[in-house]
Amino acid sequence: MSLLEISLRSLAALAAVLVLPLVAGQAEHKVMAHMQGRLGPMYAGGFHGWAQLVADGVKFVQKEDITPAAADRSVFRIAPAVALIPYVIAIALLPIHPGLSAAEVPGSVLLVLAVIGVGVLGTLMAGWASANKYALVGGMRSAAQLLAYELPLVLSVASVAMAAGTLSLAGVVEAWSPWWLLWQLPGALVFLVAATAELQRVPFDAPIADSEVVMGPWTEYTGLRFAFFMLAEYAGMVVMGLLFGILWLGGWQGPFADQLGWLWTLLKGALIVLLIIWIRVSWPRMREDQLQRLAWTVLVPLALAQLALTAGGVVMTA
Amino acid sequence: MTGLDLAFAATGLVTAAAAALAVTTRQVVHSALWLVVALLGLAGCYLVLGAELVALVQLLVYVGAVVVLIIVALMLTRAPIGPRAEHSTGPAHRVLAACVGAGTGGLVAAVLLPTATRAQVRPAGSEELARQIFSTWVWPFELLSLLLLAALVGAFAVSGLTTSDASGEGTR
Repeated sequence: MSLLEISLRSLAALAAVLVLPLVAGQAEHKVMAHMQGRLGPMYAGGFHGWAQLVADGVKFVQKEDITPAAADRSVFRIAPAVALIPYVIAIALLPIHPGLSAAEVPGSVLLVLAVIGVGVLGTLMAGWASANKYALVGGMRSAAQLLAYELPLVLSVASVAMAAGTLSLAGVVEAWSPWWLLWQLPGALVFLVAATAELQRVPFDAPIADSEVVMGPWTEYTGLRFAFFMLAEYAGMVVMGLLFGILWLGGWQGPFADQLGWLWTLLKGALIVLLIIWIRVSWPRMREDQLQRLAWTVLVPLALAQLALTAGGVVMTA
Repeated sequence: MTGLDLAFAATGLVTAAAAALAVTTRQVVHSALWLVVALLGLAGCYLVLGAELVALVQLLVYVGAVVVLIIVALMLTRAPIGPRAEHSTGPAHRVLAACVGAGTGGLVAAVLLPTATRAQVRPAGSEELARQIFSTWVWPFELLSLLLLAALVGAFAVSGLTTSDASGEGTR
């Protein structure tokens, strides 16, 4: 692989992280608005307010970059980068089209899970380094939640990897067949719930609940650093949506997969992102103890049952 | 000196430097964050040696779970911002700790260095690793799980969560 190809692939991954979250964010603006009988942004850019998030970005750039006097300066400043960079790596690993992903790695299923786990550290660093009570409470809530939901997330993905007999995302797509929709359904539901919790989106947004802890770990952030946290959240939505599409919905598989594979992957990912937005509009926030009970008494047993079911299926058909 | 040698030396240096910073910094949360860098460096070492599965599991388990647990524990206790002097030890302790550290390091080096010859790195895939774990090393592996389970049960017994007090307070 030449240097030119490496830089091209890296640039493609970076562009995906800068563009796809904006598309998801704009979709959220408009879909939420229409579900609630509103119009949403209508003016920026002319056509149905398509440039609203670009305008927001320009606004964020102009804001003053403030570090609180009592904060731990260096940790406070690098926390947004720690939150965002893992998603750049994760998006680079996702296979979009047969034989096409920005970076091909043999154990990509594990690597995606591992880097998503690293991204969690950014929230914790922000919560601690802000020297703010709300930020600290939010950081602790977020840590407790992320620890609880990491396990069902990994278990449900492990079930798919077992069914496919490979740790490569592209290999999972190759092995996928439509009857997985039924066979892997419990695991898929567990992943969807755990991924929503991992992204700290409604109904699992207790760590950043603005009516309780202001903005949680992000309370003291402003300007570009705050925008980076927002970008990380939406990039996370895109990564989780695409990952769900690749692992449970067969990724690029569909009619004319050789030509239109990329389209199927993106459509399946977009469907899941829409579902996550729909969930946000429909459910109230869960309390901290309800969060923990759901994770440990429902999701973990369900994921383990799915693992047993998958093992049974693999042994029977082998 | 090949590129791989250079990469191995670089990741090793990063690991060692971050580990040294983790034990010398005066700020307890910084210490945990330097530990993250050290663990990432170690994962890099595994990766350079061709054991990508070990590197990824290192990342997933240690950085993703163990360090997060450490940071949660630090947040629950008093983990102030800025250097703190009251947990600092006197010079006698430091000399003693340095002696113990140097002794342990010397012992490990004395055992390991004579065995260090130029060996061919066999990049074993995930299949080879899985076969080794679940055939040759299956008993140590399972015994370790049993040990962890026993520790977990022991922690429950010590914390008193199993005894129900009369008022019902504190149990759920």
